[in-house]
Order: sequence, then C-alpha cells, then structure tokens
Amino acid sequence: MNGILKDYIFLYTKIHGPVWSSPAQCGGSGLLGARRSSGRSLVPGISGGLGPGAPLFCTRKSEKHLFFPGAVCTESQMAHTYPRSANEELVDILEGTRLSGDLSHALRTFSPQPYKDMTTSSASDLSKKTLDSQYLQYVFKEISAESSLSMEEVKEDARLLLDEMSQNLQLGFIRLMGYTLTKVLKRLYSKIYVNMEGLNTLQQAVRENPVILMPSHRSYIDFLIISYVLFTYDIPVPVIAAGLPLAGMKLVGEILRRSGAFFIRRSIGSDKLYWAVLSEYVKTIVRTGFAPLEFFVEGLRSRTLKSVPPKLGMMHMVLEPYFKGEVFDITLVPISISYDRVLEESLLAHELLGIPKPKETTRGLFKATKVLQEDYGCMHVNFGRPLSVRELCQGKINRCQYNLTPRDLPQVPSADVQACVNWLAHLIVRIQEEGSCISPWSLMACVLLQCPTSTLKDRGMAWTELKDSTLWLRKLALRFRAHLHWPEKASDQDVMSSMVALHRSIVAHEGDRVCLVQEERPRRKFELSAEEEVNRTAATVLMLASYRNQTLHVFLRPAMLATAVQVTNSTQPDELFTFFCFLKDLFSSEFIFVPGESTQDFEEACLLMKGSGAVHMSPEEVTVTEAGQQIVSFLHSLLQPFIQSYQAILEFFSENETKDMPEKQLYPTMRSFVMNLILSGELQTYEALSSDTHKNVLSALCTLRVMTKLRESKENKYQVDTAAVKRISDILCGKISPQLLHRTPHAKL
Amino acid sequence: MYGLALLYIVLNCGISPSSLTTAGPLRQAALPQNRRALGRWLISHRPVRRQCGFPNEVLRRSLAPLAPLEAPPPHKHGSSMAAADRQRAARQRLQIITGHLQRPTEDQLITAAECKAPETKAQEPGEQRTVPRRRQDVMKWNGWGYSDTKFIYNKKGQAEFTGKRYRLSGMIIPGLKDWMEGTFGASLQHKTPATPLLNSSALQPPTMNEAFAEDLKATPIPFSVEAEDRVFRAHGHCLHEIFALREGKIGRVPDMVVWPSCHNDVVKIVELACKHNICLIPFGGGTSVSSALECPSEETRSIVSLDTSQMNRILWVDEKNLTAHVEAGIVGQDLERLLNESGYCTGHEPDSMEFSSLGGWVATRASGMKKNIYGNIEDLVVHVKMVTPRGVIEKSCQGPRMSTGPDVHHFIMGSEGTLGVVTEVTLKIRPVPEYQKYGSVVFPNFEQGVACLREVARQRCAPASIRLMDNEQFKFGHALKPQVSSIFTSFLDGLKKFYITKFKGFDPDRLCVATLLFEGNREKVLQHEKQVYDIAAKFGGLAAGEDNGQRGYMLTFVIAYLRDLGMDYYVIGESFETSVPWDRVLDICRNVKACIVRECKDKGVQFPPLSTCRVTQTYDAGACVYFYFAFNYRGLGDPVHVFEQVEHAAREEILANGGSLSHHHGVGKLRKEWMRATVSDVGLGMLKSVKDYVDPNNIFGNRNLL
Repeated sequence: MNGILKDYIFLYTKIHGPVWSSPAQCGGSGLLGARRSSGRSLVPGISGGLGPGAPLFCTRKSEKHLFFPGAVCTESQMAHTYPRSANEELVDILEGTRLSGDLSHALRTFSPQPYKDMTTSSASDLSKKTLDSQYLQYVFKEISAESSLSMEEVKEDARLLLDEMSQNLQLGFIRLMGYTLTKVLKRLYSKIYVNMEGLNTLQQAVRENPVILMPSHRSYIDFLIISYVLFTYDIPVPVIAAGLPLAGMKLVGEILRRSGAFFIRRSIGSDKLYWAVLSEYVKTIVRTGFAPLEFFVEGLRSRTLKSVPPKLGMMHMVLEPYFKGEVFDITLVPISISYDRVLEESLLAHELLGIPKPKETTRGLFKATKVLQEDYGCMHVNFGRPLSVRELCQGKINRCQYNLTPRDLPQVPSADVQACVNWLAHLIVRIQEEGSCISPWSLMACVLLQCPTSTLKDRGMAWTELKDSTLWLRKLALRFRAHLHWPEKASDQDVMSSMVALHRSIVAHEGDRVCLVQEERPRRKFELSAEEEVNRTAATVLMLASYRNQTLHVFLRPAMLATAVQVTNSTQPDELFTFFCFLKDLFSSEFIFVPGESTQDFEEACLLMKGSGAVHMSPEEVTVTEAGQQIVSFLHSLLQPFIQSYQAILEFFSENETKDMPEKQLYPTMRSFVMNLILSGELQTYEALSSDTHKNVLSALCTLRVMTKLRESKENKYQVDTAAVKRISDILCGKISPQLLHRTPHAKL
Repeated sequence: MYGLALLYIVLNCGISPSSLTTAGPLRQAALPQNRRALGRWLISHRPVRRQCGFPNEVLRRSLAPLAPLEAPPPHKHGSSMAAADRQRAARQRLQIITGHLQRPTEDQLITAAECKAPETKAQEPGEQRTVPRRRQDVMKWNGWGYSDTKFIYNKKGQAEFTGKRYRLSGMIIPGLKDWMEGTFGASLQHKTPATPLLNSSALQPPTMNEAFAEDLKATPIPFSVEAEDRVFRAHGHCLHEIFALREGKIGRVPDMVVWPSCHNDVVKIVELACKHNICLIPFGGGTSVSSALECPSEETRSIVSLDTSQMNRILWVDEKNLTAHVEAGIVGQDLERLLNESGYCTGHEPDSMEFSSLGGWVATRASGMKKNIYGNIEDLVVHVKMVTPRGVIEKSCQGPRMSTGPDVHHFIMGSEGTLGVVTEVTLKIRPVPEYQKYGSVVFPNFEQGVACLREVARQRCAPASIRLMDNEQFKFGHALKPQVSSIFTSFLDGLKKFYITKFKGFDPDRLCVATLLFEGNREKVLQHEKQVYDIAAKFGGLAAGEDNGQRGYMLTFVIAYLRDLGMDYYVIGESFETSVPWDRVLDICRNVKACIVRECKDKGVQFPPLSTCRVTQTYDAGACVYFYFAFNYRGLGDPVHVFEQVEHAAREEILANGGSLSHHHGVGKLRKEWMRATVSDVGLGMLKSVKDYVDPNNIFGNRNLL
C-alpha cells in the first residue's frame, strides 16, 4: 500500500471512523473497543492489501491507538460507531424452552467443541495432577520443615483440602441443573436476553485458548446462569469458583459440585497449604484446558449493585500460567449480567444497614421459594468480546523473569506482575460495567433520588415530572453511550408504568404522583422510635439507590467533571483535572477506575460533556454552556449523596477520637453519628447509613495514607491524621484547592 | 619426502564431491584393512619440516584422471559388495600412485610459492575439493547449494529433484505438490521466478583502496574485484538476503575478494589491512543465517572479503593422540571424506556440513548432529590459531584441559569474525565407526515424545543422534517420500499406516516421530538400540523402521533446496533454533508455534503458515529445539518485512519462554539487539573490551555480535 493511500485512509478514518469495520463489526467489536474509542480516536493499522486468492483465514486488523488532543467527536460519528442497540442480536433463551419443553431442553444433545489442546478430561485426573505437581511438593517440603508434620501427613492434609474443594463436573447433573433452572427461571423472569454475537465468538474462543469467564455478581442467580446458557448453546460448561458456604448446603452443595462448582473458603488468611492447594488446582484447570473457568472477579455479590473493586488472588492464579509460558494465551471473557429487578434487593439493603445476611442453607433455599411468586422482569446476559491476555499484557510483563528459577518454586509475584494483574482486574470490571444493560427503571431511580427523601416519602414526585425527566435523562444516557434496554414496542408511558409496577416494593404510583413505599411495620409494635423510622425509610432508599447505582458508571466521569466545575468554580482545565483526580482518589473504593488512566478518564469526561453540548472546551478553558447548566447541575446532584456521605464520615473522624476504638465498635459508632446527623436534619441523604459507604471511606483514607490500620491482638484499630482528614473535607466542599494537600508529606494525592 | 607425498595422495584420492549421499553406507562398511595399515605407516613417517602444506603440482596433475571416482550405487549397510569394490579401486589407485612416485620433482616441493594455490586450480578437472575460488561455477549465486541440484515441477506437474548428487536426485516426489498446495495454499499457476542472471550494473562501483591493492599485488595472494565474486561473498542464507538476490537487488558488497592459501598469507593480509585501514570480513562457507556476512551499510572504508576456501588442507594427522591439524577453510564434507580415507572422522556433522567450513564452525560455536558421541565444536577443538590485528593468538601446548584462567579459546569460539581470522585448528578425531544404524519411533503425540527424550537424556543413553519431529514435520517428511517403484512397497506402507493409526489408535494429526542414528561397534549398537526402544515403549512409542529414520536425516540436507522451490511459488520460509531447559521444552514448542500463527494472522498473511518444530539435540539439562516457519505471501505488499516481523516476534517469544538467543546459528547482526539482555551489561562490556584490545581500529568490521 503506498504512502498516499495510507495517508488518505488515515485522514478518512479521522473524519469518518474506521474504514474496514462495518457498523455491525464495529459495534460488536465490543466493549473494549467501544470503551477505548469513547475517549480516544481509534485508527486501525494499515495491514497488507488484499491480494488474489481467497483468504483462508480472516485477518484481524491490528489497531493502532492514537490520541488526538483536539479530536472532535461529532454526534453523527457517535451514532455511527455505536449502533449497538440497533444491530445487536439479542435472543431470549427462555423462548426456546417455552417452545420445546423443559425436558427436551434438558435432554438435548450436548456435543461442544472443547479446547483444542485439552490434556485432561476427567475431574479426578485434575485432582491427581494437582497433588502430584512439583509446586505442591515444594510447598509440602516447606510446610513439613516449618511444622512437626511429616511430608506424608502434609500431603494427606492437602488431599483432604482438595476433596473439600474440587468439582466433579458431570453431564448428567448439568442436565438436571438445566431442567430445574428452566423451571425456576421461567417462573422468575419474563425474558432472559443473551447477545448471540458474544456467544458465537465465545464458541470460537473456547477452542483456541483456555477461557476464563468473568461475570459480574449481583445475585445468587448469577451462579449457574452462565452454565445454563452455555449448555443451551453447545459450549463447554465451565467449572465455577464458589464460596464454601454453598458446599455446606445439604444435597444442593453436591449438586452444585457436580454441576462444576468448586469451593473456596471465605477467609483463607495465612493458611499456606490452603493457598497452595487452591492456586495449584486453579492453575491446573487453566493449564490443562479442562473446561472454561468461571469466577467472580469482584469476589462477592455487590450489596449496592455497583461494581465492587476486584479481588486479585484468583486473578493471579488464573493468569500465572500465561506469565510463566505454560499456555500460549488466555482468553478473558467479561460477562455482564443485569437485572431489571434483583431477587435479593431487600436483603441486600438490610445488610447494608447492619442486619447480617442469612446463612446459606438448603432449608433457607426452600423457605425462600416464596420469592418465586413474584415477577422479576427481564435479565440480560451480555458476553463481552473475548480479550487476549497476551495482547493486554504486551509490554507490561517481562516474562523472562521466570527464566532463572524453576517455575514451580513458590515465589511472591514481582511488582510488575502485581501491577499488571491489578490493572487487568480493574479493566475487566470496567468492561463489565460498560457491557451491563441499563433498564429504564435505573434512569427513573436517578430522577427519583434527585428529590429530597422526606418529600419523596411524604408527597412523592409528580408522574409527569418523573416521566419528562426520565425521557430527558434517556437522551443524555444515549449521548453518553449507555447500553440501554428500552422496550421499543410499548409507549414510553407504558414502559415506565410497568417499571413502577415491577418495583412496587419500592415505589407506588398513587394518583398522579409516585412516592416511596415503606416496608411493613413489624407486627405487635405500635410505636417506632425515630431511629427505627429512619432505618425503615433508609432500607427503601438504599434499594432505590442500588438501582440508580446500576447506571452510575455511565454518568460517573462527566459527573465528576461537573462536580469539579461546580465546586472549584474554575474554568482552568488544569485545576479541574486536579480536582477530578482528587475525587478519583477519594472515591477509589467507591467506583471502579482503571489504575493509571486518570488522564484518559478526564478526557473521556470532557469529550462526553462536550459531545452532549454541556461545555465548551479549548486548551485554555472549559466553560459551561447555557444549555449545559441543566446537565451540569443534574450530574452534580447525582454525586451529591456520595459527597455528603463522605463529608459526614470525614466529619466524624475529624471530630471524634477513634484511636483506641476497635474496628467492631467503630462501625456502630459511625452509624449512630450519621443517624444523629440525619435526625437533626443536618444530613439529607439516607445513603450515609450504608455500611458499604463507611467501609469505602475507611479504605480510601487508608490508601490516601491519612489513616493507618493497626493490628493489635486480633483487633484492627485505626490511627487517623485528623488535620489531614479536615483538609480533605475542606477540599471536598471547595474551601481549599486540592494542591494544598500536597504539602503534607504523608498524604499521597 | 615420498612418505609426505603419499600421505597427500591418500588424503586426497577420496571420492568425488557427490559422495555425500553415499557417505553413510560407506562409513558403515569396515575400512579396507590395507588402506588403514597404509595410513598408519604414513603417519609414523610424518614429515617434520613444513610450513605451508605441500601441494605438489605434478602429483596433483598425475592423479587427475582417476580422482573423480564414481560414487558407488546406493546399497545396504555393510554390503560386502561395496567393500570389495572399494578395495579394488584403492588397490588400483595405489598402483598408479607408486608409478608416478618414481620420478619426484624435488625442487617443486620447496618453492616459496608452494602454499599458494595454482591459478588454474579451479579449472582443473582433477580438483577434488568442493569449493573452487569461483564458487559461482559450482553453486547457485542466488539460492542454496549446487547449481545442478534443485527441486522443480516437471511438465507433468510433479515435483522432481534434479542432479546426481543426492540419494533423492533424479527422483519424482509425488506427494510434494499436494503437500505444498495443502499446507501453504500455493499453486503452480502463481509463480515468482528469480532474476536468472546477476546484473553487474546493479552493483555500486567498488570503493578501492589503491595503496592496499598495490601492496597486495606485490604478494602472490590472488584477489578479485569481479562483480560475481563480490556479490557471492556479500550474503549468507537468511531469507531476506536470498529474497533480495532473487529480485536482483544488491546492497553494499565487498569491494574486493582475496584468497589466502595458508596461515602466512592471512598474516600478510591482516598486516596490510591494518596498514591501510581496510575493513576485513572473513568468509568461510557462506552458510550463515544470522546476517553475519552482510556488509555494514555504514562502512565507508574499502571492504575486503577474506575467503578462506583455499586454505583447505589437512596438515597432519596424529594417530597417537587422535588429533588432526587442519586449515580452517576446509568444508565439512571434504574434512570428513579426507579423514575417512585414513580411517578417521571428526564426527562433526552440522546440517550445513556440505558447505560450511571449519573456521566458520569455530567462529560461530557450531553444533553437529552427532554431538552426543563426538561433542560440539567446543568439545572437539584442541588448539586454535587465529590471526588478529594484534598478532597471532594460540596456546603453547595441546594439553587436553587447562586451568590457566579463562579459556582464551572461548574468546575465539563464537567471535563471529569480529576479532580475527581462524587459520588452523587442531581437532579431535575418532576411528570411523564400524557400524551405523538408523531407526525411528512413532509416538501417539508430541508430549509423549518429549517425555521419552527427556528420559533418554536422564539415563544418558542418547544415540549419536536423536530427533523428535512434530506432527507437521512428520507430514512434511512424508510428502518428500520419493515415488516407490514396487507395488509391494506401497502395499507395505499402507499396511504400516493401517497398523499405527487403526490398530494402535494413533491420531494421524497428532502422532509424531523420533529419528535415531546409532553408531559404534555392531554389538553395542544393537544393545543400545534395544535400550532406547525399551524406553520409548514406556512412553507409547512404536518402532517405525530404519527407512523413516534415514529419510528424516536426508530431509535436513534437501530442505534448504526446498526453500528455493517455495520461493518460486510465493512461499518464503526460514529455520531458527534455540536451547531450553527440559521443563520448558513443551511450552516453548507450543507457544512459539502458536506465536507464529498468530503473528502471521495479525500481519495480514492470507494463508495459514507452516509452523513446525523438532527437538533436535538432547543435553543433560535441556534440549535444542529447531523451528521451521514458512508462509505463502501472495497478497502481501512487503513480504520480507512481514516475515521479519514474525521472526522477530517468534524470537521474543522464545526468550520469554526461557529459551536461549541461539543454540548454534550464532548472533550475527540479526539477533544482535538481544545480546545485552542475554549476557547482561557487564557481559557485553567484557566482550567489548576484548574487541577494543584485539582490534582497536575495527579492522574486522563486520559488526556482528556486539
């Protein structure tokens, strides 16, 4: 291809978007592509021209990744690049079973194409390989040297651990599970949408490399739904990492085990043998390509329906075979599972208010069958584009580091590996967010929460106001490239009414107003204390907030920019960026930010705001347009509950001496502090009562090194730099500018 | 003096150059007793007064008519027929020799010019050495090997191997066409013929250093500034080098070629080069695959290629210590052939041994196929003489091992022509083995095969050669089966195939084959063979016959020719190698192969590439892995660039998988960028400081390695 042609294509691409990709490819090129290009221009590399002869395999165009500071993202281009909703083929998998019957679904011929280099196909062989591995022999030797146990005894311990842990995937049980799930799912959900394109690419990917399925985790339902979908579409069913409590359930535990679940203890702590056995087991699964491996990178169900910062332990185990060259590549498949209505919504809200989650038991499960009576709307399973670990880690990992010691030797991952795994895990969660499907109800929740809680509780919001604001927000969300599922056949009015009906546990449509529903009073209790009253309201508010959280990632970055604009009152990009970074650091546990991509996040925010016409941008100035005032103030208020909650907790730490307070005591004290603020009317948001927020503030303060965790005789205690906390609080409300924080030597901002 | 002359005769009256293919069978036959006795007698009457060897023109001429002995027809191992034939021939030859020896011409033996090769040498019909000064007379200028030997598609569209030199020569290879079409998507309709003739006008005029040329003319050392001579010495056999030649593109080439014929000539040339600030590039066999011979484009001085090919004599053979002192320009096949004549061999058989030279082996740390018995070049070398700008470096004695600080030989071995010219080498020799036997084992999959090789290495019972080819290479080998004449053989083949795939349940798309070569005394070979087959059986291996084994080894000699055929039809390829610890062998094979496929796809190659490997050497702590990689470049704008990118990625993958930068090909300029990471900063500094001391003015300016 000659130079002129190259230049032409370069220019063309700059103006019109990618040349080669058809709209379908482009939209389907998936989350990562979409995400990348959201803030940055995407220029496909020039690969060799097509010559005579039919290509035997399709060439994947290498993507060169360029950033133009002044690139303009026009509206038409956005529409062209993100035709997702238009082109994506969503299929309702329940439809099929409704036609053919549950039993024939369960008994369908299942002959998936497995991984091409699979070396093990039996679960028992997997355990044997694990136990015989050189790595475990090293560990056994170490442990027996440290303790009084003999090698044999240690090995026996390991064998027991492995028995407790290992899965025993059997097709028969997959069928059984398939049958039961069809029954349950049909009752719970009106539709379960799956993106066919994602499934097709997954089917390919499974054959090429070991595949890791990484679904988001919002509900217990997540647990088997992937296996169910894969079974339905003739793709090898995965083995699934599950929490040990599930294994404790009578009968059900065994069924899960035989459906491919393997069980991990919740708190492994410093149990060296357990770590070793688990990681070797996981690595053996990946190495041998036994089956796709499914695990929840967030570690646990999100209580707030917001993404949770990823846990890295499992991620390390899964990726190590690639780092050590034991496999050529590993394919990560982020999967976003989104619900119109989450099964455990009220349980989750109560947990956030300090009521512990019930233990997983078989009895509990049967008792919970009453939830089957209710309608939970639609469910969306979005299989993201398979990601090559090899490509992602290019230049980030020096794989030669394993050349000089036996690869089986237990060793602590190096700094570059840790950083890379952390980055990758965050990236996956971000892609899960991007791929999640936003229901109209989430947008309505955003609108409803703009209204003060007391008003919402007592008078409610006018239906027309709710409707108009939601429609306005829908437009904004689409501009921000949300993956919105808005039923097209019904009228907007009907869609929203049906949403309200679906969520009658949270809101009620009375007359022309919509107001918050309060949960039933406990029987035999006539007078509720003021605190109990607040808690009752808070439970509903937290439920409502969790649905807002489902869509927060769409607005988050622009909202942070809007907040920066509002708080700093500045038009200087530099200042805004500094405040933006400050917010990012402060909310590091609250929201997911890919490490080391502050600039990209900021640019993305600017581009989206500019694209929606909310701001004017030049290298010197960022100014809010007339029309943008509404957007900016909406976005600012979207973040308000968080900012207020954080302010409240910061206030708590700057006013109270907490040095000698053990962790167990700290949380209740914090909660009652917040409760008092709410009761006194100083604090509007009920979300400040959420234990999740409390935890996030604590961990943010720790990463900011304003707070240090002290371990004293099994109790964690915290030492707080009160002055620094005060400074953070002042920055947050705009009293001082973020740079001032740099003066304190131990504050890393 | 007669003894001296006789020795020369005996050493030289070998078989014609085409003997290579028959070398195997010959070696297996017990040597004629009389000749061996003669050799011993000769050695004990070894001449003492000699500096530059002793080519005797008269003798040489007189021998001319009988030298190109017809290669005996292919025959079975240890065939008594062959032995009898050869005995007769040798006897006849000796008679003639003695006849000539009656009138020796004393004065010609001691002239000053004796170490200089006669001008007319190349044209002489009796010349027995493989490499004449005008290489282009015998070898292709833009491809591999002999001009008369190549693969072609004949009029019927069948592949055919031309010439008479190899066992495969003149045969039809029916499976090759289908294999090429199936593997690469190549077709006979799409040809990419090479430029047939060298266009001298494409050459830049030589940068002459007149003063140097004047001084050189004063010596008897021959030199040339002809375009053909210069172009021939400007390249090795990397893909990009051959590709450019085929397209008639010629970059910087040496400005002059000189042919020293002895150590003293080299001393003289290096002196003159230092005096006139000339860039000298030593040239041995020209089989480099590391861009080592490429002239640095930034070089502004006059570049002189120092072709060692005429320094090709065995100076003496020491039977008491089993060593031979040899001039470094001798090529492998000549060295072996000549030593065989006196009942010895070095056993050093790199795949390029037909053309590569002793000096080249030393300068690149070569490795031979039979290193399990004979060792690699560093194990074989007892003494080296190298001419550097600082003077001559050599050790004072021939002790078998020394504790005298770091071994200076290791500055020389692997120096890739950056420090000086290796002129003479003392090598270990061994008696020619009494018995040789090929063998092969089929494994159900590559994993089992590697496990078996590992076990063989653990038990230290590796035969002279053991190689494990992967499935693709097995199929490749199969495609090169010549047409079988009898129905019976083809029936037998079918039966074998049926037994392995159906009866034993081997998947034809997964099975792989190990080829074996045993050497030694007959009894021991059989015993050894059993031991190895027993181990193989433990890993599911099935003995698959001598024939398969032998074909495997033959493949290594013809594969280079096959690349030229590929290049006629849009297919380009290359081989590369590495060494790796045992535990990583499987991983590196899988990953590098996958890497090649992925990279080709990414770079827009329209057809799936051939990406195959074999484990080609075993060591105590690891193995040597050899990769072949080729693809059909139809549809690519700049195939060589794509090729280089893929090769680069593959090397990165090798390094990331714990493989070495090179096992025996060397670094040259192709792999220079990874040297620092390979040997560390300090290591590189050490090498640099040696270079700075030995060659401060960068006379040996090929810029390899560092």
